[in-house]
Amino acid sequence: MSTAILDKRRRQVATVTDGKAAIDCAKPSLAGAVSQRACVFCGSRVVLYPIVDAVHLVHGPAGCAAYTWDIRGTVSSGPELHRLSFTTDLREKDVIFGGAEKLERALRELIARYAPRAAFVYATCIVGVIGDDVDSVCRKIAAECGIPVVPVRSEGFRGSKKDGYAAACDALAQLIGTLEPDGPVPPFSINILGDFNLAGELWILEEYYRRMGVHILARITGDGRVDDIRKAHHAKLNVVQCSGSMTYLARHMEATYGVPFKQISYFGIEDMSAALYDVAAFFKEPALHAKASELVREEVTRLLPMLEFYRERLSGRKAVIYVGGAFKTISLIKALRLIGIETVVCGSQTGRPEDYETMAGLCNPGTIIVDDSNPVELSTFARERGADLFIGGVKERPIAFKMGMAFCDHNHERKLPLAGYEGMKNFAEEVYGSVMTPVWSFVRRDTGRAVSPKPPMGGVS
Amino acid sequence: MLLRHTTKEIKEREALTVNPAKTCQPIGAMYAALGIHGCLPHSHGSQGCCSYHRSTLTRHYKEPVMAGTSSFTEGASVFGGQANLLAAIDTLFTVYNPDLIAVHTTCLSETIGDDLNQIIGKAKEEGKIPEGRRVIYANTPSYVGSHVTGFSNMVEGIVRGLPEKSAAKNDTLNIIPGWVEPSDMREIKRMAKEMGVPVTVFPDTSGVLDSTMTGHAEMYPKGGTPVADVVASGASKHTLALGHFASEAGAKALEVKCGVPYTALSLPIGISATDRFVQALSDLSGKPVPESLADERGRLVDFITDMQQYFWGKRVALWGDPDQLVSLAEFLTDIDMRPVYVVSGTPGKAFDERISKVLKGVPEAKVKNGASADMFLMHQWIKNEKVDLLMGNTYGKYIARDEATPFVRVGFPILDRVGHSYMPTVGYAGAIRLLEKILNALLDHKDATCPETQLELVE
Repeated sequence: MSTAILDKRRRQVATVTDGKAAIDCAKPSLAGAVSQRACVFCGSRVVLYPIVDAVHLVHGPAGCAAYTWDIRGTVSSGPELHRLSFTTDLREKDVIFGGAEKLERALRELIARYAPRAAFVYATCIVGVIGDDVDSVCRKIAAECGIPVVPVRSEGFRGSKKDGYAAACDALAQLIGTLEPDGPVPPFSINILGDFNLAGELWILEEYYRRMGVHILARITGDGRVDDIRKAHHAKLNVVQCSGSMTYLARHMEATYGVPFKQISYFGIEDMSAALYDVAAFFKEPALHAKASELVREEVTRLLPMLEFYRERLSGRKAVIYVGGAFKTISLIKALRLIGIETVVCGSQTGRPEDYETMAGLCNPGTIIVDDSNPVELSTFARERGADLFIGGVKERPIAFKMGMAFCDHNHERKLPLAGYEGMKNFAEEVYGSVMTPVWSFVRRDTGRAVSPKPPMGGVS
Repeated sequence: MLLRHTTKEIKEREALTVNPAKTCQPIGAMYAALGIHGCLPHSHGSQGCCSYHRSTLTRHYKEPVMAGTSSFTEGASVFGGQANLLAAIDTLFTVYNPDLIAVHTTCLSETIGDDLNQIIGKAKEEGKIPEGRRVIYANTPSYVGSHVTGFSNMVEGIVRGLPEKSAAKNDTLNIIPGWVEPSDMREIKRMAKEMGVPVTVFPDTSGVLDSTMTGHAEMYPKGGTPVADVVASGASKHTLALGHFASEAGAKALEVKCGVPYTALSLPIGISATDRFVQALSDLSGKPVPESLADERGRLVDFITDMQQYFWGKRVALWGDPDQLVSLAEFLTDIDMRPVYVVSGTPGKAFDERISKVLKGVPEAKVKNGASADMFLMHQWIKNEKVDLLMGNTYGKYIARDEATPFVRVGFPILDRVGHSYMPTVGYAGAIRLLEKILNALLDHKDATCPETQLELVE
């Protein structure tokens, strides 16, 4: 295998043989590696951020607040408090004398000004080191102001982004079960966990569930409302996407309130359909199943001919997938196959061993699987495997482009919904647009694949 | 919806910042370090810092940004980050083969008290720094100053680490260009070349963060000041520090270390500041201003003359970084516009003094910097009395939409438009570009909103 791998990372890279790949994961990053990973704060912030009627106060220097100000295209159907950036902007004297008192004053100002349904207080690295008692400030202000004030233990150094998801789940767990519904809860009530309503994706899913006759009690957290989340323990089922971020909360709710959960994904036809059927099967209600089948048939019948156009033109192309959560990689491998694209390199920042096993089972022999990768590895493997397309996030985009590869943002900066049947069509369009753009005819590509030569001067050679 | 939260009534805030008009030091240090060829910036802190800085720089420049991180864990935050940094230096040289590593601290490593000088010394002793390679550093605590301070501190770190003293001085001028775009650094070099003045510009991100599409992903793009040139800057006869806030500390450090005297000037944005820059180049080199530059200036003055009626008396709100704000405000007053609101999150009395001088003729101007000088306050001022034009980074787009006010993007970060990487705003040519943007924003707004009877074909 390539020389681009750091020695100590050798076990975090594997090549698929016989549907298997032995890989080490869930390890801290090697110091000095140009890792694409982020920190605990980042994980907590992205998970809680879509709760739109809460204030999110970053207790720390302004940087942590500035970098997370409205960067996630998560959409609200109502309040947009979450899109403002609040920080205690800790200064040197606060670091020396402590920032608890400043936090208290900031919370009072904030709650008086915006009258939010709850406040989340994010502890950053510095707060963990200077030892501000964030918990007791939160308790005090909650008692004083009469709303939940929830501390989020998101000191950056406490682990990786994945530990941040857990910290966010802990914060959510403090809210859940603290409010009772006004009346009886409809029989087929679910919570949606782990969809963040990027580009309005959740609304597409809601519409599917509505057509099936399933009621959504709480959206956790896309387009989320504090009071819904507080009542979420009354759902019959938790439907969990983004396994990395929300399974932890689902387990907690199962243990505490006896709400069972199902893990699903909304990307691609297969996974989307399975998500609907799984919910129907859970409620053991024939009418739900019938409506789900009808919906799937209708959507798939409409979608497949549209996909055929892209499949014909994209067949034989090769892709690299490197995203945050492994569940997404798994769905994307399948979704790409639907439009004729083979995945030759795939991985995630925070996958678990079982995720990588699933990936290996889906991929052709020779596919490279990576955990917590870096630009050098990714670009080397992409070149070696002759990839045409890269699916990733903000830090990967310019690398892919510089190598002459097409790119699709499947992260915060997606501009169109990629979930559901509609999302599958958008995904195919976006991939097609980038793979086929004429700009590739103006540059020699690094990935080995010959580019269809385009005569100069718009066809006049 | 988004901004209905902003109220007209302004109350003094002490503890709460809403929509900050600054960010933290390390990102400035990372940007400055990228301006040395073959340099790999390294963030000594948690993984998230490095990830955020790389993402933000990538969003602004649409370019890959490479940097290492010490990936602090709970253990490192208790026992210190020495082991992490030593391991990181080893890994970075072994795998990524940089000429130079530029380490900056974070609030975490600063507070636990890591001594970078000592740790780097230890790395050297232990043979972790290969022959001919270097590790330089800057202390950049996030809770002091702002991203501009971080840039300034890394420039100082570069000066502390690289230039060598020389008794004999040559004809080269050093230029520390300040936190400007790669296109601006390219323009500054072009102007010096036009005058026939040999210069060493550092840091210089042109060719790094505006690199060409080649079909290859380069770890170290071909741009950036070569290490050897920075080392030789100790033998230059003079340094020009462009921007008092981002560049003067580095120039002063070079004077102390190598005896190279310096002159600090405003960033050459707009006509007056560019005149002073060109004059300084001429005075220090003894070379006359060439006709080509005089012509550029002439075209700029011609533009202002032709379009003066559209600029006169227009009220402008400005936010961003001190060096840009001082020069922009001066330029706006030169073209008879009125910079009435100025906000910078970067703290310090020096800013107040400089901007007050520039705004002598605008008694109605309100200026605030430092704590609680944020975009929320800016919006409140505007709600109380409207402006005709907004100028600043992308974070003004909410206000522009809410107040239906024309908006010209300048400064850092610009996350939602391009152009800044390719076309400069410094120099005479840069001033023409700025004027074009200002004029087009005002006229596009007029065309979109004026009564039909007032829609004019000819402006």
